[in-house]
Amino acid sequence: MAKANFEVPQLQQYAEVPAIEPGTMSHSKPFVAKPEHQEPLGFPGELVENWQEKALEKMGDLLQRYRSLRVYLDACVKCGSCTDKCHYYLGTRDPKNMPVARQDLMRKVYRRYFTLAGKYFPKLVGAEDFTKEVLDEWYSYYHQCSQCRRCSVFCPYGIDTAEISMAAREIMDHIGIGQKYCNEIIGKVYKIGNNLGLPGPALADTLEGLEEDVFDDTGVRVRYPLDQEGAEILLVTPSADFFAEPHVDGLIGYGKVFHEAGVSWTLSSYASEAANFGMFIGSYENMRRVAQRIRKAAIDLKVKRIVFGECGHAWRVAYSFLNTLAGPWDFLDPRYPVPQHICEFTYELIQQGKLRFDKSQNDDKVLTFHDSCNVARASRMGSWPGGQFDIPRAVIKAVCNHFYDMDEETIRERTFCCGGGGGLLTDDLMELRVKGAKPRVEALNNVMREKKVTHMAAICAICKSQFTKVLPYYGMEMDQIVSVHQLVSNAIILTGQRTEDEAA
Amino acid sequence: MSFLTVVYAFLFYVAAAVLLAGLAIKIAQYVRTPAPLKIPTTPAPVTQSGVVFRLAREVVFFESLFKGNKWIWIFGWMFHFGLFLVTLRHLRYFMDPVWLPIELVQPFGIYGGIAMVVGLAGLWARRFLVDRVRYVTNKSDHLILALLVAIGLSGLGMKFLFHVDVVSVKDFFLGLLRFQVQPLPADPLLLLHLLLVAILMIVFPFSKLLHAPGLFFSPTRNQVDNPREQRHIADWAKRLEQQE
Repeated sequence: MAKANFEVPQLQQYAEVPAIEPGTMSHSKPFVAKPEHQEPLGFPGELVENWQEKALEKMGDLLQRYRSLRVYLDACVKCGSCTDKCHYYLGTRDPKNMPVARQDLMRKVYRRYFTLAGKYFPKLVGAEDFTKEVLDEWYSYYHQCSQCRRCSVFCPYGIDTAEISMAAREIMDHIGIGQKYCNEIIGKVYKIGNNLGLPGPALADTLEGLEEDVFDDTGVRVRYPLDQEGAEILLVTPSADFFAEPHVDGLIGYGKVFHEAGVSWTLSSYASEAANFGMFIGSYENMRRVAQRIRKAAIDLKVKRIVFGECGHAWRVAYSFLNTLAGPWDFLDPRYPVPQHICEFTYELIQQGKLRFDKSQNDDKVLTFHDSCNVARASRMGSWPGGQFDIPRAVIKAVCNHFYDMDEETIRERTFCCGGGGGLLTDDLMELRVKGAKPRVEALNNVMREKKVTHMAAICAICKSQFTKVLPYYGMEMDQIVSVHQLVSNAIILTGQRTEDEAA
Repeated sequence: MSFLTVVYAFLFYVAAAVLLAGLAIKIAQYVRTPAPLKIPTTPAPVTQSGVVFRLAREVVFFESLFKGNKWIWIFGWMFHFGLFLVTLRHLRYFMDPVWLPIELVQPFGIYGGIAMVVGLAGLWARRFLVDRVRYVTNKSDHLILALLVAIGLSGLGMKFLFHVDVVSVKDFFLGLLRFQVQPLPADPLLLLHLLLVAILMIVFPFSKLLHAPGLFFSPTRNQVDNPREQRHIADWAKRLEQQE
């Protein structure tokens, strides 16, 4: 069991809504970005002198540019429907982690400076001056939101706290108070091409190693190409897939599926990252700059299709925003949606009977599936609403014999975030991450006991890294989290593959 | 013409003007502000008619709230549906002759008034009893509840306890519609009721009551889920492209 210098929540059989305990997480704040992390993104290096004026100016600008922000700051009636929906509230009991209270941190400033009621009757409507204390609260609590949108499902007006926390981070970046983790990573994408800062030669080396591993394993030469001009498909995948467990097993799986499909494909060293942290910091400009790299790679490599690997927030940006940020995609093959998810790709082949599986290869596992928040509530797969729930499950069931869902209240559109999304997957927020994982781990724990589930599959790099790290705090094993395409990889029978006897 | 009649006539012209102008300004602001990204909360409808149906379910049944919390849903829906019936019932004060549907709805309007007050009481109780809701409640939230409850009770009071000369009340409002001031009966309960309604009208565009128009402009609810099929781009974002 991992050691913690804070109290790890107790798992319960029945989820309960805790009583509020003000201030339990007021100490939580991620490291502040240094000037060298801020400036490449176009933000001031440190807190500017007239920060209040600048922040209000930026807020006014965002209010003109985002209808979501304007409507959501006006519309809330404080009904309370969202108050018990955030995993950070459920795990920390801090009332400022209730979605409405998190929004109110900005709403009180909005009311004070942008509404008549707040200008003349601030006390009555809870309006407050934008003081340094308020700014500190912003920094703390807007970095305790993983932008998972669970609250927006239950709000009668669809108020999405993610929109508010993105705007807050954008305002803070513009006055020089950025978050180190996100901004440093975006800088790495600009400089090197991916979040982890893996340069082209290192990628080539890794991919070559994978080819050898798969050959040793199966006797089949499955290729993992990089920067191959003229390939049909450009695969864009989170950079964690290049080396971390269990991510890399997923990447091996994608390659095997492409191999069996008989299509040529390639990765790009220039666009070697699916994730787009520009979304986390609410910066349209930075999100667009990151997305444009994929456009350039697609043009340079003369591909016909774009497929995304397993990644949650990345899939949101890819599915929902890529056409906006980097489209139009009129130079790609119009017979396929742009982009496609690797699960959609695999699912289609399964439907057509083009893949053969030996499901018994996964018989050492009993599986459940974690719907990643941004796939579930901010995107789609397939042509029907809810395809994002059906398709990954169909893929898992095609390659595994034993599958059970977790409690219905904790999956599909009601799924709980892993606790590390939205730019919070950093060690300086470990306490928040462990506590925020509680609702999901609780549901997992229940199916482990009731259905003897051993593993949880996910399709998001953040979810995989987060669970690998936090499951041990709850007395579970880090390798209980697996990639969906790792399961595909285990079960797929490659054409010409050595049988078990030959291998032995 | 009594002084009171003149004051109330003036009050209602002002209140109506503030309500209409205030809402028009707010709605124009929502219309003008672009939604630069596709952000429907999914699973979402993939067609425009699907979106109309989704919004209709939100407006009529409070679908999302039903998913979120059954107590708030019961009280909230009771209050709003009650208010809807009460509003229909009151339309008779603004038309002569009265339309048949409004004629028929009259008795239901009374049940609506009772449901409205009961629903409000439930919502108000939650503001004291549920610690999470208490934490996010501002003074203005109590005041709006108080205002609505007082409107409901003063209205029911006139129905069941202290009857007023409704024919004269109707003459007063029909007169206002024709810009002719007719005498208003000076019953205290009626004056209170009307004063509170005027306050509600004035407060509407400056308060959380903006949730009513807001719902229709909420991008998580009113967008079609078709980003791959159709490119969605705001004017300001297009300008970024042209700068290159």
